[in-house]
Amino acid sequence: MAKTVEEKQYLVRFRCDTKSHLEIKDHNVCMTQCPDKDCTIFCPAEVYKWEGDRMFVGYEGCHECGSCRIGCGFDNIKWEYPKGGHGIVFRLA
Amino acid sequence: MPEKFDVIVVGAGPAGTSCAYTCAKNGLKVLLIERGEFPGAKNVMGGILYRKQMEEIIPEFWKEAPLERPVVEQRFWFLDKESMVTTSYKALEWGKEPFNNFTVLRAKFDKWFASKAVEQGAVLINETVVLECIVEDGKVVGVRTDRPDGDVYADVVVLADGVNSLLAKSLGFHKEWKPEEVALTVMEVMKLPKKVINERFNVNDDQGVSVEIFGDSTKGALGTAFLYTNKDSLNIGVGTTLSGMIKKKMKPYELLEYVKEHPMIKPYIDGAETEEYLAHLIPEGGYNSVPKLVGDGVIVTGDAAQLVNAIHREGSNMAMTSGRLAAETIMRAKESEDYSERTLDYYRTAIYDSFIGKDLKKYKDATHVFEENPQYFEQYIPLMNRAMGTFFTVDGTPKREKQSKIIKSFTGKNGRLGVAKDLYRAWRVVK
Ligand SMILES: Cc1cc2nc3c(=O)[nH]c(=O)nc-3n(C[C@H](O)[C@H](O)[C@H](O)COP(=O)(O)OP(=O)(O)OC[C@H]3O[C@@H](n4cnc5c(N)ncnc54)[C@H](O)[C@@H]3O)c2cc1C
Repeated sequence: MAKTVEEKQYLVRFRCDTKSHLEIKDHNVCMTQCPDKDCTIFCPAEVYKWEGDRMFVGYEGCHECGSCRIGCGFDNIKWEYPKGGHGIVFRLA
Repeated sequence: MPEKFDVIVVGAGPAGTSCAYTCAKNGLKVLLIERGEFPGAKNVMGGILYRKQMEEIIPEFWKEAPLERPVVEQRFWFLDKESMVTTSYKALEWGKEPFNNFTVLRAKFDKWFASKAVEQGAVLINETVVLECIVEDGKVVGVRTDRPDGDVYADVVVLADGVNSLLAKSLGFHKEWKPEEVALTVMEVMKLPKKVINERFNVNDDQGVSVEIFGDSTKGALGTAFLYTNKDSLNIGVGTTLSGMIKKKMKPYELLEYVKEHPMIKPYIDGAETEEYLAHLIPEGGYNSVPKLVGDGVIVTGDAAQLVNAIHREGSNMAMTSGRLAAETIMRAKESEDYSERTLDYYRTAIYDSFIGKDLKKYKDATHVFEENPQYFEQYIPLMNRAMGTFFTVDGTPKREKQSKIIKSFTGKNGRLGVAKDLYRAWRVVK
């Protein structure tokens, strides 16, 4: 019944661009200044995963909500809209 | 595209389409630019669309628009872990013309609405991102899009680009929103047969129910959950301020699961199949967060201008009215061919004189006060539940003893004065 975030994401249609619209400005900031890495917790699509020394950004599953841009305490995410027509495509609500 | 339009509208949500529709209907040359594959493809809403403000744009739209159900009952649930206090209002009148509000699915609704603007003569281009406003001598004269040769010019640019409001931000109309000024909301559309919905919610095919859920549904954080009936699906969602989500270290999709599994909620969605999962921000800064609304050649509308009444979950209607007021302002400006900030300022005045400005002002401190005083959501809702539980459990305790126990439970922690203060403060911000 779509319990996990993976199951939920599976129900969403994405028209992925080949290029990421999200970019970590400086992975070092995540490593040295941000022990909590809140983006890995509050992102509703689990786009961000900490890999020990750098932040993995799974932009393909992004809902383009903007939370990470606003919620990153270090203003460390360069956030743009995907190219026109690309990214998430909601079919219902 | 070296063509010039009277008006360029960025974003085909309720604000942008209302503006484009009204301008086109009055003979202006309008370009409506949308980044999604189609209008609605990027848009999310719990689902309550208000008749009044939509009707001011398209009279009797309900005869044609893709709507789900007219809402005849609004329920409010105050949840604890295994109990709830509820209240509701049901009116059969709301199920008849002219109706009060409807549940809708935005991907369908927005597409239809934009097609009506096109019928009036607006030019719609989808799959196109506006990257920035073109500014000459301090005046907005057009937009730069991500299409090849994608500069387009107009007398006025209307920013209806939604909550992220990147364009107004880059014009310096506001700073980046703070995490307290936006709510992060996630929801699911869950398929359920019409007949089952009707039985569970005690309605017929042409009646719908909205349920707003407070308390344990956000684990005490400032926010709400909701459950709305579509024709043959349910919308269920939950959101809190982004700051609340961060502070409580909550994963939004786990919070949504918590809501779906809650023993008071689960029976309503039992057997329903999730069809789609959606995340979106809601601007909830209110009156104090409304940015600069006009500049030379530019007007900001809808979510991009923080025009949402979070307490009453009214956003789409404010978006529509702001789009319409922007159109009326532009038509006036057209008469004198003057699109300066001074002329367009008519829009700002109109917004503040309308129900938008008045309602935002009425609740201007609400979000802030509730955010700073978590006891309202964290303590009082459970206390309310325990009070009712104590009072209605027949266990041989005399009623007067129960009453004094209840009063003690409310005043125990903060003292009588603390509770009185809290009540007074809550009343002040919503009065
Ligand atoms: C979960 C949730 C539940 C809600 N529930 C309700 C409710 O029950 N009732 C209610 O009235 N309101 C509700 N709201 C609020 C309501 O959805 C918004 O207030 C309303 O959609 C605002 O309309 P808008 O046109 O300003 O913005 P949007 O609807 O966000 O439209 C903005 C449009 O601009 C486009 N766009 C953005 N940037 C660009 C660009 N650079 N170039 C081109 N196009 C661009 C977007 O793709 C989008 O189509 C809810 C919101 C959410 C998230």
